[in-house]
Parts: sequence; structure tokens; C-alpha cells
Amino acid sequence: MTVGAWEAFWLIVEREMRLSFRRPEQLLQPLVFFLIVTTLFPLGLSLQLSQLRDVAPGVLWVAALLSSLLSLDSLFKSDADDGTLEQLVLSGQGLTIIVVAKTVAHWLVTGLALVLVSPIVGTALGIPTSAFATMLLSLALGTLTLSWLGAIGAGLTIGLRRGNVLLSLIVLPLATPLLIFGAAATERAISGTSTAGALYFLAALCVLTCTLAPFAAAAALRITLE
Amino acid sequence: MNMSTGGLSVDKIHVWRGDRHVLQGVSTQISRGELLHVSGPNGAGKTTLLRVISGLLRPEQGLVTWLGRSIIQHRADYQAALAYAAHEPALKGDLTALENLHFSVGLKRRCKPQELRGALERTGVAACADLPARVLSAGQRRRVSLARVVAMQASVWLLDEPYANLDAAGSELVSELLQAHVAAGGLGLVVAHRDLALTCHVRRLELNS
Repeated sequence: MTVGAWEAFWLIVEREMRLSFRRPEQLLQPLVFFLIVTTLFPLGLSLQLSQLRDVAPGVLWVAALLSSLLSLDSLFKSDADDGTLEQLVLSGQGLTIIVVAKTVAHWLVTGLALVLVSPIVGTALGIPTSAFATMLLSLALGTLTLSWLGAIGAGLTIGLRRGNVLLSLIVLPLATPLLIFGAAATERAISGTSTAGALYFLAALCVLTCTLAPFAAAAALRITLE
Repeated sequence: MNMSTGGLSVDKIHVWRGDRHVLQGVSTQISRGELLHVSGPNGAGKTTLLRVISGLLRPEQGLVTWLGRSIIQHRADYQAALAYAAHEPALKGDLTALENLHFSVGLKRRCKPQELRGALERTGVAACADLPARVLSAGQRRRVSLARVVAMQASVWLLDEPYANLDAAGSELVSELLQAHVAAGGLGLVVAHRDLALTCHVRRLELNS
């Protein structure tokens, strides 16, 4: 009895989740980084609350991008190191399904977790609660897009010893639009103007990467595994 | 139709690694009910040949066919019939032996936990089923990876040094598994330095560096 693609997808997601929760320190590292950076910023700048509100979207988004970037390196690396990636590749399931499942699972434990703690950070940075909905939505779209971009970068760099530096170099330029539109959406939500334009842009980027990145990442993996 | 339609056929494989011409036109055939024992000095390209035959590595030149069809073009069909055990046991240290089997065999075919436990029992590591793989010894890990090969119920076995880290009883077990596999109409390729003391039909391929 062969295993369908959908079944394989859930099996890999379950595997990734179980692995993440067996290593809570790895799970917490990006979150702690996110919290520390956003806490240190206001302390270092010693601003008034009104001024803090001006820089808050930028600080929030830079911290979110960098902390997501921290965890991207581990996307395929640990599986490549212990040889389980080869077993996955030879499992008879398409490489694209494997990439999608691993990336979605990775986003659930890093990106989504980051979105969920962002109200705490938002409060600390003086972002009004009325802007929280936009902040959460834009961060969710942004981190998901970044996970897809990261999957391509991680696929290209697993064979390299200092791959994470190159990974940052590959992903950061591609992630700049996310920073610009993400921070803009949050800023507009704080000032009470229309956020639709920036959010549409983020959503478009997210759809674009969701549809194309799995194929690109699968091709990258196939090349680097040889 | 040539002779190769019933099994695995390797035709004039050339692989370069940088400047090194690792595999220089290797050709061989493995029919059903037959084992191919690949040996040779270190660096002769044994593992490279295994990776080419598994489909992980694309040769610069040459063709590997399974049932007369290219393994690259019919990747999914071939992989469904394939069990590959690399030199490293490829286990997740944080998962138990049983979970490791569940998540890798489960992608190939639907199987019940009892079946997987049965496979672990067959390779003598039933007691380790619920221990995380990281606490197992090298020999036990090898046995778990053999259990995975058994549980996949594949017709093509590609094993890289299956005797490594195993005690006398373990080596005996590998031989038994291989013989049972061949007797059931399977075929296999085994990379090993030692002689395979098997009663079944074994062909030898000696690679030179």
C-alpha cells in the first residue's frame, strides 16, 4: 500500500513537531532573541513614549526578521548531518512535498510562535492595541514568506560548512520588501490610516513565495545533495 | 528487450569528483534473487556507486535502469521498491527507535506499530524500541537501521557496510537477512570489505582506484 502525498505531508509535519518539542531550547532561542532585542532597544534609546511609538514598527520588524533568520539554518541542516535527509529524499515521496511539509512545520514552531508573542512586545514598545490586528496579520504573512525564502537559501547552503553566513546573504536582500511593507503596515495602523496597500503587498509576496519557493527549494536540495 | 528487464542494470557509469574520475565506466547487472558484493580499497568509489544506483547522485554519463526503465525518469516507482542504508545509520537521536522507523517507513508504505516492533525484534533490538536513538550503541543503531530496511519490504536493498559495528551474532544476522531477502526473490547490492559467507548466489564487483 503506497502512501499518498497528503498523508506523507502530515507525517513529516508530525515528525518535525515532535523533534522540535524534544529540543525546547532550540524552539525558544529565536523567541528569546526577539524579546531581548525589542526590550533592549527602548532602554538604549531612552525615548519618550511618543517617540518610541515612531520607531516601534521598525524595531519590531527588524527584530522579527533577524530572529526568524536565526532559526532558518536548521531547516534542512540537522537532517543532512545525520543522514535522515537522504532517507527522506529516497522515500518515494516528491521532494516538493517534503520541502513544503518541513517549511510549514518550521513556520509553525518559529514564525507562528513569534506572531503569538508579538502582542507582549507590542505593548512594551507602546503600540496601541487598536493596531494589534494589523501587526499580527502582517507578521504572520511576513514570517511565512521569510520561511519560504529561507527554504530556498537553506536548500542551497546545506552542503557548506559556514552555510549560515551565506544563507543570511542570500535571504536578507530578498527579505527587504517584507521589512518595508511590514513596518509600513504597522506604522499606518498606529497612526490610524489605511493599511490595505501594504498588507496587500505582503499577501502578494506571501502567495508568490508559497507557490514558487517549494519548487525552487526542492531543486536546490536536489543539486546540493549530489 | 535485453536481459536487464527483470532487475537492476548499470550501464557504463562515469562519475567525476572535481578532477578525479571516480567511476570509470562501471557496468553491472543484478537480477532478481541475486546479490552483488561490491568491494575495493578505500576511495575506490564504492559508496559513490551506491549513491548513483540509489538515484541520489546523477552520473555524468551512463544509465541505471530498474525493470528496464531509467531510475531518474521513473523515480517514484523505483524509490517505492528501494531500501537504502547508508554507512551512517541515519537515525534521529531525539526520536525513539520505533518513532524513527515510523517516520521513515511510514512514508513508503502504511504499516502498523506491531509490524515495526516485529522488525526491531527480528534484528534483536526489540528492547530498545522505546529508547531515544541517541542513547543506543553504534551496534544497536546499526541494527535499528537494518530493521528499517526489513520493515520497508522493498525488493531492492542497497546496503553500505552493513557489517560495520556489529558483533559476531550481528554479522550472522545480516547474512541471514540477506539470504532470506534473496530467497524471497529480492535483489541487493552490498558494499563490504569482508567476504560475504553466504549460501545464495553472490556476484562480485571489484572496484579499483
